[in-house]
Amino acid sequence: MNGYGIRALYLSELSRMWRTLFQSIASPVISTSLYFIVFGAAIGSRMQEIDGVSYGAFIIPGLIMLMLLNESISNASFGIYMPKFTGTIYEVLSAPLSPVEIVVGYVGAAATKSVLLGILILLTARLFVDYEILHPIWMFGFLVLTAITFSLFGFIIGVWADGFEKLQIVPMMIVTPLAFLGGSFYSINMLPPMWQTITLFNPVVYLISGFRWSFYGVADVHIGVSLGMTLVFLTICLAIVWIIFRTGYKLKP
Amino acid sequence: MESVISVKGLNKTYASGFQALKHIDLTIKRGEIFALLGPNGAGKTTLISIICGIVNATRGEVIVAGYDIVKDYRKARTAIGLVPQELTSNMFDSVLATVNLSRGLFGKAPDKAHIERVLRELSLWDKRNDRIMNLSGGMKRRVLIAKALAHEPEVLFLDEPTAGVDVELRRDMWNMVRRLREQGVTIILTTHYIEEAEEMADRIGVINRGEIILVEDKADLMSKLGTKQLTIQLQEPLTQIPSSLADYGLQLAQEGHAVVYTFDAQCDHTGLADLLRALNEAGLEVKDLHSSQSSLEDIFVGLVHEENRPGAVAGAQAAALSGGQA
Repeated sequence: MNGYGIRALYLSELSRMWRTLFQSIASPVISTSLYFIVFGAAIGSRMQEIDGVSYGAFIIPGLIMLMLLNESISNASFGIYMPKFTGTIYEVLSAPLSPVEIVVGYVGAAATKSVLLGILILLTARLFVDYEILHPIWMFGFLVLTAITFSLFGFIIGVWADGFEKLQIVPMMIVTPLAFLGGSFYSINMLPPMWQTITLFNPVVYLISGFRWSFYGVADVHIGVSLGMTLVFLTICLAIVWIIFRTGYKLKP
Repeated sequence: MESVISVKGLNKTYASGFQALKHIDLTIKRGEIFALLGPNGAGKTTLISIICGIVNATRGEVIVAGYDIVKDYRKARTAIGLVPQELTSNMFDSVLATVNLSRGLFGKAPDKAHIERVLRELSLWDKRNDRIMNLSGGMKRRVLIAKALAHEPEVLFLDEPTAGVDVELRRDMWNMVRRLREQGVTIILTTHYIEEAEEMADRIGVINRGEIILVEDKADLMSKLGTKQLTIQLQEPLTQIPSSLADYGLQLAQEGHAVVYTFDAQCDHTGLADLLRALNEAGLEVKDLHSSQSSLEDIFVGLVHEENRPGAVAGAQAAALSGGQA
């Protein structure tokens, strides 16, 4: 195993976060805090409780998940796209690194950033809303698992994209709408029966539901199903990444 | 001499159907400077990219430092350093950070002393904390070389290393390449500057349309293919070559003030004495004489020109002799 290689790639990717501290950390923390202020502190006080949880506290897991999905995808897709765009990818491809080591470097760094951000936003939320975490280990597990899964997804998008527009399309046109409609701001039990059924085809529902369960012990779907669906999505992403390296798709002609 | 790179039956066809390499067989000797020449699109960069692991081969085998580039890719790639043609580097990184990154990627433990040595040798030590985006083009090129040398490779590929750099820097790089060779590093160089190959290479390979059309010691190549020209300045200008001199294949030059005689310098009988005698007998008074040898560029142009000629199958060397005078 090329331990020095993984470390170099991982630290180099993380250093980008420190270089762009405002864009990487301050910007998502500020924008998520605005949600807490508007929906949690201001409007939330006039909303009724959902499943025995105050509205302000109810939306915390959903908002963190919304940020986690977008940041994981953005970090990982940008991380692999930029070397492709600038041509510096030659160095990674010509280095004695296996595909697994390359993915660990890029995806590991992107997931690390997302998890750190998630924790930071969780701490920030405390300034505006009271909340509890019934299952902290599960909460952390879901945070890490989702960050890794969506960083892998972002890696795939970064490899696929051949322009900045494509890089933005999937997070903007697919992930954000799915997160908003996946129960970030409401319980899917509040929807009419037909929409409840349709919503179950949205994979983000399972992520948010599982994550919310780790906070308050209440969920739209069973925790086992949430975990299972997250693992299924992780497996699909891993399979696609394997195919990318196997075929050299858009990386190695 | 022991070989450090062995390429056998290498083929590359891209997804578009374009065949970039056609059954390449090539051996690079340890410790030599090998110049790979070829026109644009000849396959130079594809060949280098396959050896370095950036492009997948369609068929064939490549061994680097005794290791197969597919089966033992870690050991093979550790032996290689690559300086790419394009100025590609993370512009926001500092010089030191990017060079340390390169060493790490190639699986080597941090070594401050080695990195300092490399940076000093390339006159980059004073710039080590500068961002790459703030460096000049020549300095950026040096950074790419420093990155390639950061992990102490046995083989260094320089893909058009002096493209777009000034004469002084080019001379510096040539000196650096020679120093590396003295340290035992094998250098493979692709270049458009034929003078670069002529100046530095031990052996020359010419690639055209995906095929290696020649591999030869530079000295042998120059002596085998090199022709000489004798330019004879005349006291009085000529309007045409006198018929008595027709057998010598003279060409009028400088609006008739000179005639040019082309001959094979390796031949025992160059015909020079006969020509001078014939000129005298024809009543032509010689003012001055000047001889010149065909350069590697002439030879290269001749070889590629012959290869590209429709229906050309052989005779590239002969073409170099004649085409080289064009």
